[in-house]
Amino acid sequence: MAGGRRRKHHFGRIHDSSRGKASERGEQSLIGSPGFSRIVYSNHPECIEASAINYGSNYVSTTKYTLATFFPKSLFEQFRRVANLYFLICAILSFTPLSPYTALSSVLPLVVVIGVTMGKEVLEDWRRKKQDIEMNNRKVQVHHGDGIFDNAKWMDLKVGDIVKVQKDEFFPADLILLSSSYEEAICYVETMNLDGETNLKLKQALDATSNFHEDLSFQNFKAVIKCEDPNANLYTFVGGLQLEERQYPLTPQQLLLRDSKLRNTDFIYGVVIFTGHDTKVMQNSTAPPSKRSKIEKRMDKIVYFLFFVLVVMSFIGSIFFGISTREDLENGRMTRWYLRPDDTTIYYDPKRAPVAAILHFLTALMLYSYLIPISLYVSIEIVKVLQTVFINHDLHMYYEEADKPAHARTSNLNEELGQVDTIFSDKTGTLTCNSMEFIKCSVAGTAYGRGVTEVERALSGSKGLPLVQEVKDEEGQVEDSSEERTSIKGYNFVDERVTNGNWVNEPHADVIQKFLRLLAICHTAIPDVDEETGRISYEAESPDEAAFVIAARELGFEFYERTQTSISLHEFDPISGTKVERSYELLNILEFSSSRKRMSVIVRNKDGKLLLLCKGADSVIFERLAKNGSEFEEKTKEHINEYADAGLRTLVLAYRELDEEEYKEFNRELTEAKNSVSADREEMIEEVGEKIERDLILLGATAVEDKLQNGVPECIDKLAQAGIKIWVLTGDKMETAINIGFACSLLRQGMRQIVISSETPEIKALEKVGDNAAVATEFKAKVLHQISGGLELLATSSENSEALALIIDGKSLACALEDDVKDMFLQLALGCASVICCRSSPKQKALVTRLVKIRTGSTTLAIGDGANDVGMLQEADIGIGISGVEGMQAVMSSDIAIAQFRYLERLLLVHGHWCYRRISSMICYFFYKNIAFGFTLFFFEAYASFSGQTVYNDWYLSLYNVFFTSLPVIALGVFDQDVSSRLCLKFPLLYQEGVQNVLFSWSRILGWAFNGVLSATLIFFFCIRAMEHQAFRKGGEVVGLEILGTTMYTCVVWVVNCQMALSISYFTYIQHLLIWGGAIFWYLFLLAYGAMDPNISTTAYKVFIEACAPAPLYWLLTLFVLFSSLIPYITYAAIQLRFFPMYHQMIQWIRTDGQSDDPEYCHMVRQRSLRTTTVGYTARIEATSKRFQEKPEGH
Amino acid sequence: MAAKGATSSGGAKDGTSDSSSSSKKNSKKPKYSRFTQQELPACKPILTPGWVITTFIVVGIIFIPIGFASLFASEWVVEIVDRYDEDCVPHNYTYNKLAYIQNSETNKTCMKRLIVPKQMKSPVYIYYQLDNFYQNHRRYVKSRSDKQLRSRASERDTSSCKPEAVRGNNYPIVPCGLIAWSLFNDTYGFSVKNKALEVSKKNIAWKSDREHKFGSDVYPKNFQSGGLIGGAKLNASIPLSEQEDLIVWMRTAALPTFRKLYGKIETDLEANDEITVVIQNNYNIYSFGGKKSLVLSTTSWIGGKNDFLGVAYLTVGGLCLFLAISFIFLYVIMPRPLGDPSYLSWNRGQVNIWSKTVRHSFVLMKEIIFGKKAGNHMLAS
Repeated sequence: MAGGRRRKHHFGRIHDSSRGKASERGEQSLIGSPGFSRIVYSNHPECIEASAINYGSNYVSTTKYTLATFFPKSLFEQFRRVANLYFLICAILSFTPLSPYTALSSVLPLVVVIGVTMGKEVLEDWRRKKQDIEMNNRKVQVHHGDGIFDNAKWMDLKVGDIVKVQKDEFFPADLILLSSSYEEAICYVETMNLDGETNLKLKQALDATSNFHEDLSFQNFKAVIKCEDPNANLYTFVGGLQLEERQYPLTPQQLLLRDSKLRNTDFIYGVVIFTGHDTKVMQNSTAPPSKRSKIEKRMDKIVYFLFFVLVVMSFIGSIFFGISTREDLENGRMTRWYLRPDDTTIYYDPKRAPVAAILHFLTALMLYSYLIPISLYVSIEIVKVLQTVFINHDLHMYYEEADKPAHARTSNLNEELGQVDTIFSDKTGTLTCNSMEFIKCSVAGTAYGRGVTEVERALSGSKGLPLVQEVKDEEGQVEDSSEERTSIKGYNFVDERVTNGNWVNEPHADVIQKFLRLLAICHTAIPDVDEETGRISYEAESPDEAAFVIAARELGFEFYERTQTSISLHEFDPISGTKVERSYELLNILEFSSSRKRMSVIVRNKDGKLLLLCKGADSVIFERLAKNGSEFEEKTKEHINEYADAGLRTLVLAYRELDEEEYKEFNRELTEAKNSVSADREEMIEEVGEKIERDLILLGATAVEDKLQNGVPECIDKLAQAGIKIWVLTGDKMETAINIGFACSLLRQGMRQIVISSETPEIKALEKVGDNAAVATEFKAKVLHQISGGLELLATSSENSEALALIIDGKSLACALEDDVKDMFLQLALGCASVICCRSSPKQKALVTRLVKIRTGSTTLAIGDGANDVGMLQEADIGIGISGVEGMQAVMSSDIAIAQFRYLERLLLVHGHWCYRRISSMICYFFYKNIAFGFTLFFFEAYASFSGQTVYNDWYLSLYNVFFTSLPVIALGVFDQDVSSRLCLKFPLLYQEGVQNVLFSWSRILGWAFNGVLSATLIFFFCIRAMEHQAFRKGGEVVGLEILGTTMYTCVVWVVNCQMALSISYFTYIQHLLIWGGAIFWYLFLLAYGAMDPNISTTAYKVFIEACAPAPLYWLLTLFVLFSSLIPYITYAAIQLRFFPMYHQMIQWIRTDGQSDDPEYCHMVRQRSLRTTTVGYTARIEATSKRFQEKPEGH
Repeated sequence: MAAKGATSSGGAKDGTSDSSSSSKKNSKKPKYSRFTQQELPACKPILTPGWVITTFIVVGIIFIPIGFASLFASEWVVEIVDRYDEDCVPHNYTYNKLAYIQNSETNKTCMKRLIVPKQMKSPVYIYYQLDNFYQNHRRYVKSRSDKQLRSRASERDTSSCKPEAVRGNNYPIVPCGLIAWSLFNDTYGFSVKNKALEVSKKNIAWKSDREHKFGSDVYPKNFQSGGLIGGAKLNASIPLSEQEDLIVWMRTAALPTFRKLYGKIETDLEANDEITVVIQNNYNIYSFGGKKSLVLSTTSWIGGKNDFLGVAYLTVGGLCLFLAISFIFLYVIMPRPLGDPSYLSWNRGQVNIWSKTVRHSFVLMKEIIFGKKAGNHMLAS
């Protein structure tokens, strides 16, 4: 099957880039030295040296633990948490006589808690393991000798094996390319998983090995490869191949990396050189920085605070205990003789009261450990995992077209999603789809194309309400016309003057012909003809290039074949009116680079005429036009400005006819430049190009729309209304960035734009003349000046509430991020409604993010899709990866992956808000219930001369956190909703509760703690007063320790669970089940435990059946304590809710009052913020309607 | 031509079309369930005025009758409390009570007269009350051996009983431990009009204790035979399960002031009857400044005499009604202030800058509240 479809492609030249081939001779000499010592014997199965070297298998394991390391490693992880360590110490101490309770009752909860957490670890690791197993068991064809290739598992690959990889398969390890299905031994590789770039990369084998096209040819193949040791650098490789006594240098051009994919090539043969963890991709994988949410950090502080309270309580207790113990012997006489202070242990020895007090301190530390919820961490983990499940399963965040649901890769940051203050967004692929559509063009001074761009739509929308009708009509038309044709990706050109060959009748038909031909020729795309249907698709380096070729094809100039020396088109011939095949001899390609901002091809047409076809940025092309070639310059410029306004990417097309002499001269110089080995080879080539690309004749300009993703403007609008600031950090040029800014309503008319640019004429002039140092200082001064100018503007604008926008480019940004300037810059940026940083490098993106994160202390979120966003994603508090077309790099380093930008709205406003609310109320509640419980213990101590006797049975104590009260809290953390998702989205301002951290402020936390102390006080004193010393039932029996304990515990369970019920705002059957179930479970436990043998149940033996249940006092007391402990809270809540409602409570009012259907009222609540939103299309509309309103407001 | 164009694409297209074709077979689309979509049916209670007022009224209405019932029950109970630790010490020992109590030679008998204030229906429970006695001290509570109390076989299980564990070297004390050792040993004899009242000591302990915690084959051994005698001695011929005084004592009290059941008088006592009590004042509470009282009490369904619960119920019930009325008052007099957004935390401190907007929104609010339709259409968007 291999040989049959071999195609004859000869276009190595077009990809003749410098990257691979520029391997300096010097590097080769490194081989054999330290760091370059790897020797690979390929196809030497019986060779002794080969078997002596053991390079490790291709087995890849990404799991955190192995069977052997699991216990030590995960236990270590667990006890790194202070709270867990504390409980461990308590558990160990509980085996000594110091312990106020039995050892088992303190060990068991710890074991449960640690066990659950470790179980979760096992589960997560198991998932990784399964992935590994899948990966390791993939099949690849491996040479088994005698030219026979057989399937083998990836993990069984060894260094030196020869493998055959088929089209669209992943490479199983790092390979050296030997040969491919192409004659030239080239292949195309997609490195999406490595660097996120979607374009295909060309790899080429050494000439020496390129002729092994058959399986059989490897029968006698023997080679030795010496190369560098495994390292993480993806773009370098040094090695040498020894074949039949000859030495050939190896470069990255021959290296195929694991996890990249073979594309457009039927098969390749390669030698495995790095396996498993030695591969570059595995060497590159670093553990993502672990992020913790702010709430958790604050929670730690609360835990420390409680530790402090605990120590204080223990200390007080110890002092009192010490005093009372000392007094047990008075002048050698026993006072409390029943304690036998004369014959005692160290723990109660009156003669050594200080020692006894110190030991008691340890006892007390254990006793009051119930202040610190042992199950807090594990409960939070469980809750977060379930919250993550909800995020992953949200149908509203599932992207049908790509079959991608949202995916929270870490569960640590759920609640952080509800506190985002600033969003840093990438542009391409995040705000836009990264798909270009050819939508307009200007040829010979005439503008063609009637398609309406998103921007135009948004802009016309911005003109205010009165125009809505108009806009609708316009849209309607567009939709009608677009329905007629089948939609073609990359092409959205509607103009019957040009389409269907009608251009022939246009006034400048010849120019149009040249224009279209240029589009079809001047590019580096590769056609891919589907042999069954004859359809042609293109592989291009960038989506705009593909858009051009497609446009040319749709307009009658179908590019269908490229060889190394020619480009062939199906052209529409205006004279004959038919399609003809035409072939152009391809002479040179002057490639696009960011500094040149243009690309040209030189071709010879069938008449032998030499043509230079050039496309490039307007600024570059216009200055290279010939005098007679600038006929349409004015018109074209006008159109280009229009297009740019509409948010389109423009390119100017021009051509020139060359004469033979000039070309010969040029070609000679070019070849010379290309063959030179000096460092400035690139520059020389550029210089040569510069010479020939002049005196161009203008043809026209193209406009390509960088399409916004669906719903982006709406999403941005919602986020802006929620008070979230959005910064766009893009690598694009300023104009495009501004265009997109307009399209997303981040910018609008009437907004004051502060532009800090390095492209000002003064700076350019400086650059030409001055030396570098002078330019740098001058430049910095310039930027400083601009920033301070902006600050002044900011000061004035805050008075007249004018919105400002800051636009800054990469070079200036580099300056602005320097230590002495960055505070000023930040001040300016924070004052602006929107900030756009263009031309920024990945590092700058990360720096900006860090600057905002550290200096403002607010929560930042970065969203991006490409490899260039990785730094930013990892730097921000939350990194969101868009699992779009640009590979997995961003997703792999993100915390949460979503498929489309617009899902951010739901992720933040709904899930974020809920998670924030849930976790914060859950933690508050956790502390409440433990304080309520812990303080009853403390109060009792005061009545037991602080001896460390617990009022509760040991098992009541240890099960409190594990069973009776934990499950409702977990239910709260998982299910509670203050308002429904619909209302969350309807009132985006609700989100500010998280940003301002209203629900987890210190006052609220202390409020809950106070409530806990209050509950404990009421429960304890009511209980002891009611059961004081009289008979507590008709039979005359009095209350013993165990009865008081049981009664008090009953009260605690009820109060705590009912308090929970009161603070829940979303009651599903699960809540009912868990809350009431918790209380009922307590009774069931009491029954079951009390029925056990007295040896087990000790003081709880039959206490409920025999003593409590038949006593009406027990039930009356429970009822009384329950209500009276809750009355303070109910009163507070009722007043607060009615007269000082928080925002979510206002919305709850609206919901219950049935006013949510009343648009006026809702609008009013939405308006309740004093902070007006300044970006987003709503703000646009408001800005316009404000002018109307100002008049009636005058009175 | 258009048909041909349908497959045209840039470089990225292949990947997506691959996955979309496979999605038909194995879609990653999350399955809909009300659970995962967080749309479970739920009630969403909030504390509306109606709810608050109703709750308070209902609580008040329930609590007040309960309060009265409890109070009446408590009032119905007749209780006589007589502190005798001071009175039962002869005058010459007033300043040296300890010497008196520790001296085995002194006469510990003491007579007290109690007047029955109201008729006391039988059974009349006799309690002794101790004050400032820490039966809940950890050392004390732990100083017992449940196993030993339960079965004869575990007689040597005395490790938790130190220092009252063994006599000599190897003779386990039964019952061991400080609790048993310090058994209360005052005794009371009652007579009315020179006729002795019979005190029943049967069934004063919990049934479960008698049957399951104290063995019927366990007899006191080596008890109170050491140098230092704590409290009462036990009849070595009666099994522990029948030593109800001990069983009662062994149920440690929760608080330092406690009563324990001493016995029952099974005859009614008439009002103004004079009861003569002969007390053997043996128990030493003087060394730690405790008190001793003798309590005679009847019981009602709520137990002994304690007004606390009744009063508390009445107070809280009354408070609830008061709160209900206050809330009605508040809600009627001061309807919810609709228009003050300035207390939202994120608005605090910005009032000056945005005062203009505030004014603006107040105007809007007024229009809405007072139904000035003229201004409203502007907001309808």
